[in-house]
Amino acid sequence: MRQLLLFVSIILVGLLFIFRLFYLQVYTSNEHDLFDDNAIRKVYDYPKRGFVYDRNGELLVANQPSYDVMVIPREVEPLDTLEFCALLKIDKEQFIKKYKKARHYSPRLPSVFVSHMSKEDYAVLQEKMRKFNGFYIQKRSLRHYQTTIGANVLGDIGEVNNRNIKIDPYYKMGDLIGKQGIEASYEKTLRGIKGIKFIQKDRFNRNLGPYKSGKFDTIPEQGKDITITIDSKLQAYGELLMQNKRGGVIAIEPSTGEILTMVAAPTYDPNILVGRDRSKNFTKLYNDTIAKPLFNRSLKGVYEPGSPFKLMNALIALQEGVITPNETVTCYAGYKYGNRFMKCHCYIGKHNDMISGIQESCNAYFATTYRKILDKEGNASTGIDTWSKHVKSFGLGNFLNNDLFEGAKGRIPDRAYYKRIYPKTFYSTYTISNAIGQGEVATTPIQLANMIAAIANRGYYYTPHIIKSIEGKTLPEKFTKAKYTTIDKAHFEPVIEGMLQVYKKGTAASLQVKDIDICGKTGTVENFAIIDSLKTQLTDHSIFVAFAPKNDPKIAIAVFVENGYWGSRFAGRIASLMIEKHIKGYITRKDLEEWILRHSLEEEYAKPYSGEPFRINRQTKLQLVDDSEYKRLKRLLKTSQNPIN
Amino acid sequence: MVRDTNRHFKFDWITIILFFLLVGFGWLNILSASHTGTDIDYFTFSQPYGKQSIFILLTFCIIIVILGIEAKFYERFSSIIYLVSMLSLVGLFIFGKNVNGATSWYAIGSMTLQPSEFAKAATALAVAKQISDLNTNINNIKDQIQTFIIIIIPALLVLLQNDTGSTIVYGAFFFVLYREGLPKYYLSIGVSVIILSVLALKFGALTASIIASILILGYYYFNRKKVTLFQALFVILISTGLSYGVKLFYDGILKPHQQDRISLWLRLEKDPDKLEAMKRTFAYNLNESEKAIRSGGFSGRGFMEGTRTTGKFVPEQHTDYIFSTVGEEWGFLGCSFVVILFILLLLRILHLAELQKSQFSRVYGYGVAAIIFIHFLINVGMVMGLIPTIGIPLPLFSYGGSGLWAFTILIFIFIKLDSNRINEW
Repeated sequence: MRQLLLFVSIILVGLLFIFRLFYLQVYTSNEHDLFDDNAIRKVYDYPKRGFVYDRNGELLVANQPSYDVMVIPREVEPLDTLEFCALLKIDKEQFIKKYKKARHYSPRLPSVFVSHMSKEDYAVLQEKMRKFNGFYIQKRSLRHYQTTIGANVLGDIGEVNNRNIKIDPYYKMGDLIGKQGIEASYEKTLRGIKGIKFIQKDRFNRNLGPYKSGKFDTIPEQGKDITITIDSKLQAYGELLMQNKRGGVIAIEPSTGEILTMVAAPTYDPNILVGRDRSKNFTKLYNDTIAKPLFNRSLKGVYEPGSPFKLMNALIALQEGVITPNETVTCYAGYKYGNRFMKCHCYIGKHNDMISGIQESCNAYFATTYRKILDKEGNASTGIDTWSKHVKSFGLGNFLNNDLFEGAKGRIPDRAYYKRIYPKTFYSTYTISNAIGQGEVATTPIQLANMIAAIANRGYYYTPHIIKSIEGKTLPEKFTKAKYTTIDKAHFEPVIEGMLQVYKKGTAASLQVKDIDICGKTGTVENFAIIDSLKTQLTDHSIFVAFAPKNDPKIAIAVFVENGYWGSRFAGRIASLMIEKHIKGYITRKDLEEWILRHSLEEEYAKPYSGEPFRINRQTKLQLVDDSEYKRLKRLLKTSQNPIN
Repeated sequence: MVRDTNRHFKFDWITIILFFLLVGFGWLNILSASHTGTDIDYFTFSQPYGKQSIFILLTFCIIIVILGIEAKFYERFSSIIYLVSMLSLVGLFIFGKNVNGATSWYAIGSMTLQPSEFAKAATALAVAKQISDLNTNINNIKDQIQTFIIIIIPALLVLLQNDTGSTIVYGAFFFVLYREGLPKYYLSIGVSVIILSVLALKFGALTASIIASILILGYYYFNRKKVTLFQALFVILISTGLSYGVKLFYDGILKPHQQDRISLWLRLEKDPDKLEAMKRTFAYNLNESEKAIRSGGFSGRGFMEGTRTTGKFVPEQHTDYIFSTVGEEWGFLGCSFVVILFILLLLRILHLAELQKSQFSRVYGYGVAAIIFIHFLINVGMVMGLIPTIGIPLPLFSYGGSGLWAFTILIFIFIKLDSNRINEW
C-alpha cells in the first residue's frame, strides 16, 4: 500500500491543476477583446471635423490648431525655469504645482502641462523647445468660429462625459462631442469616424510596434462639411436688434421651410467657449439663471401666443363654416359671457367683419368666432377636439421633429386636457381665453413662425430645418415634402387680407415698408411671475408675426420680445426691419432701426429682482441706452453688414 | 511492456520521448517569451532562446556520457558524487555569485552554473545508496537519523544561500522514505501539522486548537481501550502549542515579504485597497501571470501571438513563469497537454521504479519521480495562484542550463539503471 501515496498524490495534483486551468481559462475567461487588452495601446487618429457654411457659402465654423505643452516628468532635466515660465506665461508657483500634479499622475506617461497655447505663443516657444527636455508640444484641433454671431445656432463642442460614453461606446475619455446647436444635432456628420491604431506595448508602457503589423488598424473618415440655412447677415442684424432685449426672433423661408434666422437673446460670442477658458466661461453662462443666455428662447421659450393666434381661429371658423368673411360681429368694447366680461379696445358698437376683426385685433369678434367653432355640434366637448385637431395640423402643440438640437412641445389643449379641470360639464365659455391666444394655448417662437409660413403658403408647410446641404448627401424627405394643414386653400385669402390690413391701416400701420406688401399680426400678452410667492403681473410681452411679400412670400417671421409691452412697439419694429433687410438687402426705415437700437429693456428685466414694488405697462418709462452703448451698437451695425471676419 | 532484448533498444523509450516532448515544447515557449520581435537567430548567445538551443544540444552529450557509463558506477560512486556535490555547495560561500539575493551560482566566464540543481541528483543517489545498504533498517531510529542527515545537509546549505525554493524540494524525499518503510506516524504527524498550521493561520490559533481538541477527544472516545485519557490530553496540549507556535512563527519570525505571500495565498487580506497595493508590488508577477493564463481562454492566442507575452508583462516569464506563456498562447488545451505530459512522465518513472529488482534502483527512481513531482507541484501551482510564491523552475521546461542538465542527469541515470534491470539477478 505504501506505493500508493506518491501515485495518488500525482493523480490528484494533475486533476487539481486541470480543474484550476478550466476555472481560469474556460469558466472565468473573457473573450479576447483588443479594446479590453491593456497590453495593446489604442491610438486614435482624429479626422478633421467638418466645416459649417451659411446659405450664401460664407464659412462660419472652421478648425484651428491648438497647442498643448505636454510633459513626461521622468525625462525632465534641469532647466531654466524662469525662461520657461515666461514663455508659457505662467509663474513659478504654477510651474511647480503643474509639475507635481503631472508627476503624481505618472512619471512615465505624458500629461498636459499647459493647454491651448495661442498660435503666437506657440511660434515663440517652438524655437526654444529643444532646450527643455521632457517637454513637447502636442497639436490638437479646436473649433474656430469665423464670426461672433449665432452661438445658439452653431453650438459648441466639448469633452464627452460619462453619459455620452455609456450611450455610444464610440466615444472614449477625452474625445470631443457636439454639446449644443448644430454641433450636437449634426455631430455624426461633422465628426467623421476616427481611425485607430493598435500598438503592442510592454509592461513599462513603451511601444513595441504595431500589433500584428497593423492588421486591425483603421484609417479615419473625414468629417463632412455642411451648409446651413442661416443667412449670416440677417442673423447678425437680428442679433444686433435684440441687444438689450430678451426673446427670440425666428425667420423661415415659407417655400422651403429653411430657417433663415434664429436669434435667441441674450446671446454670447461662440468664441468664448473655445480653448483655455471654455469651462470658466461656460460655468458663467450656465450660472446666469436670470438672463439665461444658454436658453434658446426661439426654440424652447414657451409663451402664450396672444393675438397672432386669432388668425388660427379665423381659419378654423372658415373651414368649419361657422362664419363667413363678411359676417359682422358687434363689439361692445368687449365681450360679455355669463356674468364675465372680456375687454376690447374697439369703440362700443363697432361692427367688425373678418378683415377688420383681424386688422383691429377685436377680442369680441374672436370670442364669438371661437364659441361658434366649439358649439357647432351643440357640444363643446367634441367641438374643442375638432378645434384642437385643426390647430395641431399647423405643427403646434408638438415637437416639430426637425434637425434642431432643442425644442419644446408647447401646448394645444383638447377635451382630454380639460378633463382634470372640468370633469363633467364643459361649455365653450370655459376656455374662451383660447380665442385670443391666451389661457391654455402656448407655443414657441419657431412654432408660431411655422404657422405663419403655412398661412403664407396658403395651406401647407415644410418642417422648419437648419440643414441646407451635406457634402455628397441628399436631404431627408421630411424636409422636402410639404405637409398639408386641414384648412382648405380658399379660406386663407380673407385671413391674409386681414393681415395685410394690419399693416395698411391697423395695429401696425406705423411699420410699413415701402414697396413691400407685408402681412402681419401684433400680439400683446399678459404675463406673470411669482415674486416672494405672490403672483405678480409684469409688463406684457411684445409679439409680432408677419410674412412678406403677400404674393410669393419670401420670409415668414415671428418675434417675441419679453416685457416689451404692446406688439408693434418692439416686436413689430424688429419684424419690419428684418423683412426689409431680407427682401431689399438694405434699410429704408432708418427711424425704426434707430428707435430699436436706442431703447433697452434691461431696467424692465431688473424689476422683479429689485425687491421693491414696481409699475408695469402703461406706467413704465422707456429706457434709453447710454452713449457709449449706443456707439458700440452703431459700430456693430457697421460690422453686421459683413459679419464674417 | 515487453521490452526488446536487443542492446540498442533496451532503454525506456517512453520516458525518453516524454522527456524530449517537454524539452521541445518548453523551448518553443521560451522562444515566444524571450524573442524581441527582430529576426530569430536560433543559436545566438544574446537571447535566452538561443542559449537554450545550445543547452539542449549539450544535453545530447550529457545523455550519451551518462548512458555510456556502466550502471554499477552510479551505485558504487554515489557517496563520492554526493561528497563532491556538497563541497561544490560549500564552495559557493567563497566563490559564489549573487543573483537576485541568492548566492547559488558559479560564474565561469559569461556562463553561470548552479550547483544546487545538481545536488538534488547527488542526494537522490546518496539516499538510494544509504537505504539500499544491507545494514540499514529504516524503522531503526539511528538509521532514520543518518538518512535525514544526508538530506538535511544540502537542504541547509541551499537555505543558507537564500534559495528557499530548492530547500523545500528536499521534502520530496519524504515520499521515498515512506515508500521504503518509514513508520506511518510520520505521515499522520506530517499531514496533521500541515492542516493544523493552515487552520491556525487562516482562522486563528484558538479556533485551530478547539477543532483539534474536539477531533482528538472524539478519537479518544471511540478508542478508549487503546488510548489513555492522559495520552489524549497530551496530544491536545501539543496541538494547542503548535497552533500558537505557528501563529507566533508567522508574526514574529517570518520576514514581511514571506508573510505577505502567505497572507495572499490564504486570502487573509480582505481590504480591497491593500489587495490592489499587493497586486502592484510583490504579487505583481502572480497577478500578471494569472491574467496571462486567463486571457488564453480555451485554445489560446496562438504561438507567438500572446499580447501579454509579447509585451513582457510577466517578469521572469521564460524562467519560473514559463507556464503562463503556455497559458496565454496555447490556452486550456496546451496547458492540459503539458500537465498530462508531466503526469505521464511521473507515472512512467514511478512504474519503472516499482519494476526494479535492485533496491538502489528503485529508491533512486522513486527519488527522481518525487523530485520532479515537487517541482511540478510548486511551480505550476504557484503560477496559477494555488501555492504561495516560491521560486523554483519548471523541470525541463524553464529556461536555464543548470536546471536542464541537472534534470537530464537525474532522469537519464535512472534510465541507465533501468536498462540494466535484466542483469540484476
